[in-house]
Amino acid sequence: MATTNVLYAGFGGQGILFSGKFLAYQGLLAGKHVSWLPSYGPEMRGGTANCSVIISDEEVGSPIVSKPDVLIVMNLPSLDKYENDVVPGGKIFIDSTLIDKKVERTDVDVFYVPATGMAAERKIPTLANMIITGKMLKEIGASLDNIDAVLGKIVSARHQDLLEVNKDAIKLGYNLEE
Amino acid sequence: MAVVFEKPHALTDAPLHYCPGCTHGIIHRLIAEVIDELGIEGETIGVASVGCSVMAYDYFNVDFVQAAHGRAPAVATGVKRADPSKVVFTYQGDGDLAAIGTAETVHSAARRENITVIFVNNAIYGMTGGQMAPTTLPGMVTQTSPYGRDVEAVGYPIKVCEMLSQVDGAAYLERVSVHDVAHVRKAKAAIKKAFQNQLDGKGFSLVEIVSTCPTNWGVTPEKALKFVESDMLPYYPLGVYKDIYAEGGEE
Amino acid sequence: MGDKVLMKGNEAIAEAAIKAGCRHYFGYPITPQTEVAAYMSKRMPKIGGTFLQAESEIAAINMVIGVASAGYRVMTSSSSPGISLKQEGISYLAGCDLPALVVNVERGGPGLGGIQPSQSDYWQATKAGGHGDYHNLVLAPASVQEMASLTIKGFELADKYGMVAMILADGTMGQMMEPVEIDDIEIKTVEKPWALTGTGMKREHNIVNSLYLKPELLEQKNFERYEKYAKIERDEAMFEEYLMDDAEICLVAFGITSRVAKNAINEARAKGVKVGMIRPITLWPFPKKAFEARADQCKAFVSVEMSMGQMIEDVKLAIECKKPVYLCNRVGGMIPTPEDILSKIDEVGGAK
Repeated sequence: MATTNVLYAGFGGQGILFSGKFLAYQGLLAGKHVSWLPSYGPEMRGGTANCSVIISDEEVGSPIVSKPDVLIVMNLPSLDKYENDVVPGGKIFIDSTLIDKKVERTDVDVFYVPATGMAAERKIPTLANMIITGKMLKEIGASLDNIDAVLGKIVSARHQDLLEVNKDAIKLGYNLEE
Repeated sequence: MAVVFEKPHALTDAPLHYCPGCTHGIIHRLIAEVIDELGIEGETIGVASVGCSVMAYDYFNVDFVQAAHGRAPAVATGVKRADPSKVVFTYQGDGDLAAIGTAETVHSAARRENITVIFVNNAIYGMTGGQMAPTTLPGMVTQTSPYGRDVEAVGYPIKVCEMLSQVDGAAYLERVSVHDVAHVRKAKAAIKKAFQNQLDGKGFSLVEIVSTCPTNWGVTPEKALKFVESDMLPYYPLGVYKDIYAEGGEE
Repeated sequence: MGDKVLMKGNEAIAEAAIKAGCRHYFGYPITPQTEVAAYMSKRMPKIGGTFLQAESEIAAINMVIGVASAGYRVMTSSSSPGISLKQEGISYLAGCDLPALVVNVERGGPGLGGIQPSQSDYWQATKAGGHGDYHNLVLAPASVQEMASLTIKGFELADKYGMVAMILADGTMGQMMEPVEIDDIEIKTVEKPWALTGTGMKREHNIVNSLYLKPELLEQKNFERYEKYAKIERDEAMFEEYLMDDAEICLVAFGITSRVAKNAINEARAKGVKVGMIRPITLWPFPKKAFEARADQCKAFVSVEMSMGQMIEDVKLAIECKKPVYLCNRVGGMIPTPEDILSKIDEVGGAK
């Protein structure tokens, strides 16, 4: 049975929940079972935000990701908090513009993506989350075939102009060379 | 033979359980006459409250729901929102409306709920045997103010019409009395206006009726009526407190 | 058939209620159920319905009473502290035999408690939280799809029996998104000749009331209500069994904990431990028959709960204490992990 447990973590306002939603919809449109679970409450408002996304060939059991196969972190407290939860052989994606620290574990694959810096350079400062998501999709072997349809589902009708920039950001990350 | 006096159709044949000399009977009759005159019996829904008038549902020939203590305006809100074509009124006492149900009263007025509230103020909790009410007069002796209402200790009465006149959503507020024939006639006119307002979609209308409780006041019915005039009305002046549709607007 | 869309559990409840024909919603903001109110505030004005943010939970439940009296489908939603406030109105709904849907997206308590998920209102929901002898129908969804389907079921059962149906969910179920499909359903309506529609001068007046001053009459009303409850206990209990055919240890869990328990069961099974689960879907009526059938087969039961142990009492009653029943719990907003459950399975003799 193939199940991917993904944990996104960062500050509120970085689009953590949105990226998670993108990932969940991508799984749904690919015919998988999916779940998406945010942290909620006061911490959503400017504090830390995280969200669990599970994509599976089978019915999803617990929607809570406590041992991620894939961890995406966009601030240092999240890396400190979740680094050791990642399963051996798992993947960690780090926004290296915001996080100086290197991962000491050797039993996981670590990808340092300067997402926030890249986003600022390209004048799309709110889309670092989608750049790092693009990189993650590449490394877990996902395709970009359905991203138009996925973005169509999660970008509201009023903001269709955002669809293209989101797509560009994902591709930017996807095509990033180490 | 000419009929000179009969029971309004909107009242059932059930014998009223009210004490001798209590003015609930008069007020019931006035409401029933108004329902008859406006021809709205078939589309009226009443909301009974908790207090002496708890069994009002047995006395009126209209559909009725019995609400929890203080909640009649909220229940009426639901009934009216469910079918705005119906005429919805509450019948509440002072403990119900001005103590435990103050929030429901104020907010249904603020929301401009298109309902009619009949508020019977006799300055006492009647059904439970004569305890101090939010409208009990300063100095007045009740079972729970045996030395007279001491405003230093328990605070002041609530003047409902005055209070609600500050609430934008209230359309019509009038305080009336039923202690003599002339005032009974005025009370009926006010009740009729409060129902007519609802038919015209004018919003929240409340008629406060200064009333008696001879049993718990411990006086004869006649003395109770005199007490209304001598003690109640100076504290609770009669009149229109708000009528946003009147000539010249609000009072 | 519609497309599957991702929805939050709270939103799925709201949309399903609308599909079920509910056009009147009364609420008050409280985390973690506020999305229900927000969703209703967007949708109701567009379909000619009522969304009203009441001045209090107490007012909201009494507005529900008003609409229910008039014969229309109606709902309110809240989270634990707000549900406590609604108990007076729920008791009146029971006493008037009125149908309504009440949603509790539970959080930790008592008092203001916390805002993280909990199941500690189990007793309040299933044993009657207000005064008097009565029950609510209590439905416990374990997926976003069930948040929708049990909402629709709840309206149907409420109408069928003239009762409050309560959706007992928790913060996780309310906040999580999963694929959900809410078909356009045929609304099953029941005749409500008792409803307050105005006499139209064509019938005797209808009275919706819970006051009976004559004790012999009130006793009779209670007897009649409990005959109805007995029928519901026979006919309406719902549950799911997971890998129970050869199970020696039976986990019992509902809502989010049943999802975690499935993970634990799969891991235990991989090690050869024969463990399964009974997941009550209706908490009242509690699916006693499911337990009777497994009481002899299993050597132990484990009630997995996000409370200090509330459902465990119903489990013990259902198996008539024939086998030991253990508690595996986290509280205060904490959720048991699969590891918590696995170590409990080991502890009660499931180790191989």
